[in-house]
Amino acid sequence: MPEPAAVPDARIAVECRGIVKQFGEGPRALRALDNVSVSIRENEFFTLLGPSGCGKTTLLRMIAGFEYPTEGSIRLHGEDIAGLPPFKRPINTVFQSYALFPHLTVWENVAFGLQMLGRPKGEIAARVAEMLKLVHMEELAQRRTDQISGGQGQRVALARALAPAPKVLLLDEPLSALDYKLRKEMQIELKRMQSETGITFIFVTHDQEEALTMSDRIAVMSKGKVLQIGTPWDIYDKPAERFVADFIGETNFLPAAMVGIEAGMARVRLPSGIEMSATLADGYVPSGEATLVVRPEHARVVASGGQLSGRVENVVYFGTDTHIHVKLDEGLTFMVRQQNSRSQSCGAEIGTRVGIEIAPDAAQVLRD
Amino acid sequence: MARALFDFRARPRFDIRAQPGFGVLALFTFALLYLPIITLVVYAFNASDSLSSWGGFSLHWFAAAAQNQAVQDAAWRSLIIAVSAATMATIAATMAAIATTRTPPYPGLSVKYAFINLPLMVPEIVTAVALLIVFAKVKVWTGYTGLGYLILAHTAFCIPFAYLPIRARLEGMDQSLERAAADLYAPPWQVFRRVTLPLLRPGIIAGFMLAFVISLDDVVISEFVKSGGQDTLPTYMLGQLRRAVTPEINAIAAAFLVLSVALVTVFFFINRKKA
Repeated sequence: MPEPAAVPDARIAVECRGIVKQFGEGPRALRALDNVSVSIRENEFFTLLGPSGCGKTTLLRMIAGFEYPTEGSIRLHGEDIAGLPPFKRPINTVFQSYALFPHLTVWENVAFGLQMLGRPKGEIAARVAEMLKLVHMEELAQRRTDQISGGQGQRVALARALAPAPKVLLLDEPLSALDYKLRKEMQIELKRMQSETGITFIFVTHDQEEALTMSDRIAVMSKGKVLQIGTPWDIYDKPAERFVADFIGETNFLPAAMVGIEAGMARVRLPSGIEMSATLADGYVPSGEATLVVRPEHARVVASGGQLSGRVENVVYFGTDTHIHVKLDEGLTFMVRQQNSRSQSCGAEIGTRVGIEIAPDAAQVLRD
Repeated sequence: MARALFDFRARPRFDIRAQPGFGVLALFTFALLYLPIITLVVYAFNASDSLSSWGGFSLHWFAAAAQNQAVQDAAWRSLIIAVSAATMATIAATMAAIATTRTPPYPGLSVKYAFINLPLMVPEIVTAVALLIVFAKVKVWTGYTGLGYLILAHTAFCIPFAYLPIRARLEGMDQSLERAAADLYAPPWQVFRRVTLPLLRPGIIAGFMLAFVISLDDVVISEFVKSGGQDTLPTYMLGQLRRAVTPEINAIAAAFLVLSVALVTVFFFINRKKA
């Protein structure tokens, strides 16, 4: 799997270092961000992912200039911008509510930033036309913004933020108000615009699927901290800790006992007594009890044998694949995802005893 | 089962309109409110010079009022005071509303709200006497006895009336719009001029109208603060009532009523169009 833009000398667009944001004072103080450091590269589609209240939006607002950090620095192409007001930062935002000016037309909305920058009229007209073309909104240029649909509003908000050609575009859950199909369309549109404009996108979402499909790199956040930064592949396949594994995709957690380390791999004993090897999350060496993580698609239901055994509890059909829930003899429920093929069913009947075979290298020992 | 589920529909809900005496009470209240006004307006068209016996239809008293120099002067004075006071009150109220809604909440903010709205609760007669005493001193010190005192006094008590609708509008406004403008390179003054002010306009118009009507209508404070020969329309009318009253006073009141209703109507349509 290639890692995009992993060149060591790739230029850094936004660098946040040691960011702390504290609301309130004393014992009732709330740390919204706790020593957060991220470096976002040029031309990157970077996503801040986490559940609501994890601090992702606070970090975004800080990069935009609507909040100021209690501690830490924010650099844009090497220049410290942490103290600059929003209107002095070459950064634009697509707001969650779009925040289109209701008293202006679509055209006037898109032109707003350029007018504030004092660009000549001819240049503004050309640029606005170009932006409206980019988002396919040329025909509705003279509409008032309360006369367009949610999806169109989304496009106008995007055109308005892109028109001044910012160095960085911030997107605050811009797709959350759209219905499923429109959201899928806009995901592809956003990727297209990012590659066409070459602007660094910083995207905030709580939707892990959206993050995985769109991002070059993802920062997973929880409770004001960054837990892991990596490519979607890194985050999904090599989660750094339990929260990341649990938040991204579906996962099975198994209790296991550490037996030893062999050639950089952990040797663990499952509750069934069977030993198997597992990969280790970067440099983390547990002792005694450990948690093992296995993705549902890396296991297979077999008639007999395998590292685990149990009884089929439920079979859920999803079209492209089937989820088989197996109640293990130890009492846990283990989920297996099996690709559906045309000719055969998954072979598991509710109530039958089966074994579960975990693919080699599929198990990983996790930090809790 | 299904019947039991929907049984509550069969039971009549409590409806205040169905209570005995409700209709009579409502009718009585409306009659109390509007009958005197209707009578006043009707007698403005009385041909005779009595307030109580009908002598036929005539526009005579409207013509008389319009030609009466004292009425003209008082009306003109009222208008100058109302326009000046409402304008100044609206400007002050707009600034106060922005200051109290566009800063993060801090201890003491509610005290500020109370301070701005206090004039609504202080008995008008108290304000009037206080102003009378202060202005009497100032008049002696400065020698100035013009309309300024009335305008200043009206401005002061009009501020809370102008403040309320403006603040309501600001609080209802999506603040991400102002953030979006700042994000698009608008410095604070441009954010205000290009986004806040246009969106605030209905609130400002409402505040101005309210202040204007309140100023136009004021008797108590005007009566205490005015110098000799500075009658406003309401204080003139009050003065007339002490003498022989003719339907001329009805005609002035009717004209006054029409003006107020017209203003409120205009304001209503402006607000509805913008909302």
